[in-house]
Amino acid sequence: MADAALSVRIQQGFQEEVDETKLLDCMKCGFCLPACPTYVETKNEMHSPRGRISIMKAVREGDIPFDDSVEEALDLCLGCRACEPACPAGVEYGSLLESARNVISREKNPTIKERAVKHTAFEHLFKDQWKMNSLVGSIRVYQRSGMKSIVDKLQLTRVLPEILSELESVMPEIQKRQYTAQSQNSSKRNFKVAFLSGCLMNTVFSKTNDSTILLMERLGCEVVEPKGQACCGALHGHSGELESAKENAKRNIDLFLEEEVDFIVNNAGGCGAFLSEYDHLLKDDPNYKELAEEFSNKIIDISSLLSKLDLFNYTLKTKNQEQYVLTYQDSCHLRNVNRVFEEPRDILKSVHGAEYVEMKDADQCCGSAGVYNLVNDEMSMKILDRKMTHVEDTQAQIVITSNPGCLLQMKLGIKRAGLENEMKALHIVDFINDYLEIQI
Amino acid sequence: MKRIVGKENVQTSNAAKISYSFDATAGFQHSPDVIISPENAEQIQAIVKVCHENKIPIVPRGSGTNLAAGTTPNEGGVVLLFNHLDKILELDEENLTITVQPGVITQEVIEYVENKDLFYPPDPSSKKISTIGGNVNENSGGLRGLKYGVTKDYVLGVKAVLSNGEILHTGGKLAKDVAGYDLTNLLVGSEGTLAIITEITLKLLPKPTYKKTILTMFDSLELAGDAVSQIISKKIIPTTLEFMDQGTVRVVEEFNKIGLPTDCEAILLIEQDGSEETVREEMKAISNICSQVGATEIHEAEDEYQAEQLRTARRDALSALARLRPTTILEDATVPRSKIAEMVREINRISDKYDVMIQTFGHAGDGNLHPTCLTDLRNEKEMERVEHALDEIFQASIDLGGTITGEHGVGEMKAPYLEWKVGKTGIDLMKNIKQAIDPHNILNPGKIFAKSTKKRVVVNNG
Repeated sequence: MADAALSVRIQQGFQEEVDETKLLDCMKCGFCLPACPTYVETKNEMHSPRGRISIMKAVREGDIPFDDSVEEALDLCLGCRACEPACPAGVEYGSLLESARNVISREKNPTIKERAVKHTAFEHLFKDQWKMNSLVGSIRVYQRSGMKSIVDKLQLTRVLPEILSELESVMPEIQKRQYTAQSQNSSKRNFKVAFLSGCLMNTVFSKTNDSTILLMERLGCEVVEPKGQACCGALHGHSGELESAKENAKRNIDLFLEEEVDFIVNNAGGCGAFLSEYDHLLKDDPNYKELAEEFSNKIIDISSLLSKLDLFNYTLKTKNQEQYVLTYQDSCHLRNVNRVFEEPRDILKSVHGAEYVEMKDADQCCGSAGVYNLVNDEMSMKILDRKMTHVEDTQAQIVITSNPGCLLQMKLGIKRAGLENEMKALHIVDFINDYLEIQI
Repeated sequence: MKRIVGKENVQTSNAAKISYSFDATAGFQHSPDVIISPENAEQIQAIVKVCHENKIPIVPRGSGTNLAAGTTPNEGGVVLLFNHLDKILELDEENLTITVQPGVITQEVIEYVENKDLFYPPDPSSKKISTIGGNVNENSGGLRGLKYGVTKDYVLGVKAVLSNGEILHTGGKLAKDVAGYDLTNLLVGSEGTLAIITEITLKLLPKPTYKKTILTMFDSLELAGDAVSQIISKKIIPTTLEFMDQGTVRVVEEFNKIGLPTDCEAILLIEQDGSEETVREEMKAISNICSQVGATEIHEAEDEYQAEQLRTARRDALSALARLRPTTILEDATVPRSKIAEMVREINRISDKYDVMIQTFGHAGDGNLHPTCLTDLRNEKEMERVEHALDEIFQASIDLGGTITGEHGVGEMKAPYLEWKVGKTGIDLMKNIKQAIDPHNILNPGKIFAKSTKKRVVVNNG
């Protein structure tokens, strides 16, 4: 039977690649439960971190076969990693999930739906940034007739969920990048930084990237933006396509380490986390191990860099003395992997003319989670709708985010909640750039 | 079962069965045959009747944070969940009671009543995860046990389904009630072996108006123990009097990074609440006692945020210790308060004797210590030594007038030791009670009563 053979291959794969010691680190205390969005939503241990760890262990030891229920349990994880900062025992859940998914993806033919989404995403859009860029030109043409025509062109209509057309309606109008980094007068230079522009950020949110470079330059950074950069690999890595992630990582390491910079800056939480773990990704590659460590140590997100640039020493105030209520939705990976959550809040709290209101469960995933909202749209929307009730409670006019996936999802959430007239979602950099005056 | 609760509330997949095969106790795992989520007491009655007729085990399970293998389905059968029975039913501000369903998270109850200036004191370290139903069945303790007691001191009445499917009501919103045997207190702490509790009425107190928190450091475990005994002998009962040894402080600090002192041998976390005047006075007296005993440093929490950080750090102790070795085996030995320093010495002696790593933390003020063995289940030789060490810790505790478990329950884990504490007469009586209420032994079988009692260790200190 084919299934039995697959189960054996997956058990072997788990034995070789899913680290037993890391599995045993979990003492099953359950401290992860309230932090896990899928557990909170389902109240089902099968969708909790300790449940998934016990399932991985049981498959590894042959106590249960790899079957649909196992697959469902591992698939439905958002990979937000909120369980990691909640875990006193220090279980490396992200790494366990990544290796388990890698084995499954390798040994099993993905479902048609997954295959369609991943194929489009990984082979077309995210493989090379230049491909993504070249697509942008065409996307702008498509936008006039709607996202649907791209979907048609890529023959996805049969399998993609309704959510895609919903997402389409909240996508910003895609523009080409307008601004490139200027060479700086060295006398007022604070740091030399290299900007990692990201795939979604450089296309769908290209304006945010322009603003990010402008802002860093205004605060006295010399910015370089290496040409030919690859997608960070996060979407590949989190979906069990580790080999392609490694290729992308090596390309970026070669390219960025050539520039002698103080920091490698990103403005997308999801990318930042993966970039900061290149050292883990390439730990078994003798040629790249040390280079990856050097690269990962230089990774910084834009909010942390702004803090290092003493943004608070300048007065931040709203343009035209407008008054806003703000709230912030954490990017899971920025918070849970890079442990950055105070910096963006500190910036928002320091704005004159704006009141910052902390949202209940701001640290819980919005349900975007890479391509999760496309593959597991039902769970994603449940999580989003719960999130929106907390957003609404803050009575904020502006929801700030630090990651393109979260930004799109929050825009979608605002639309689903019928709050388009009262509220908007913005990337923190766009908020600073478009809504604030900085007195330097 | 599907006819009773609907197919969406019945799980039998491999992944689900594995996910409900354990609780937070190392080394105990067994898959159930089915996991059922009833929506009301009537459905529970119907489920119990089916199980009663067919002699199918039922294991009621809250959030599975049990530390004595009390919720592992070691004989298969049904794992009964309370995820749909998670409502707060009534807050009665005239009688100062709250009535809840068993699946409500403990923290939710605590926050709910505190918003109304009321107070539900029992606060097990897992309160953000555990359910009230779980707490009642285990008679859970917590950090505030010294002054305010444990769960049983707050349960006024329950509604429960008996093993024959009949519904029992005990107690009520009553300050006094001596109508017959105290069935409420029989069910509290019965570990799901006597009935399935479906509704609970809890007693509330007025919320204390003022609170102060200090952290004190000592150069030896014994000095910390002395400080505990002296504070209580001076007739001061703090809300919280918690202890952590150096090894525990180190791992907790590694996780929480709040600046705990990692170079002293032991710390005490002390809290008092009440009126501002009394609290200030008593905390001053407590600080003086600690200094006299030889505390090297005394720090006062600057605000509630800092105080909560310290409490959280203490609550994380057990899970943080899991960083040290693959397997974490926690004990719950409890001695009279005055013997705390002696018990700490015994634990250290036993740890050295058997060459096993033991870190200790716990509710020092209650005499309730949590010596935690850090080991590796895969290492048979080491596990043998661990077992001997644990046996000897239980024995030492009983010899000092203590018990084998203060607050975690007997479960499957401590069943072989129960007779050491309660004697044959005690066990026989308990068995008779169980037999009378659950004659087919379908409610959480294999817990509390072991197939055989462990041979007692003869401690030779010479």
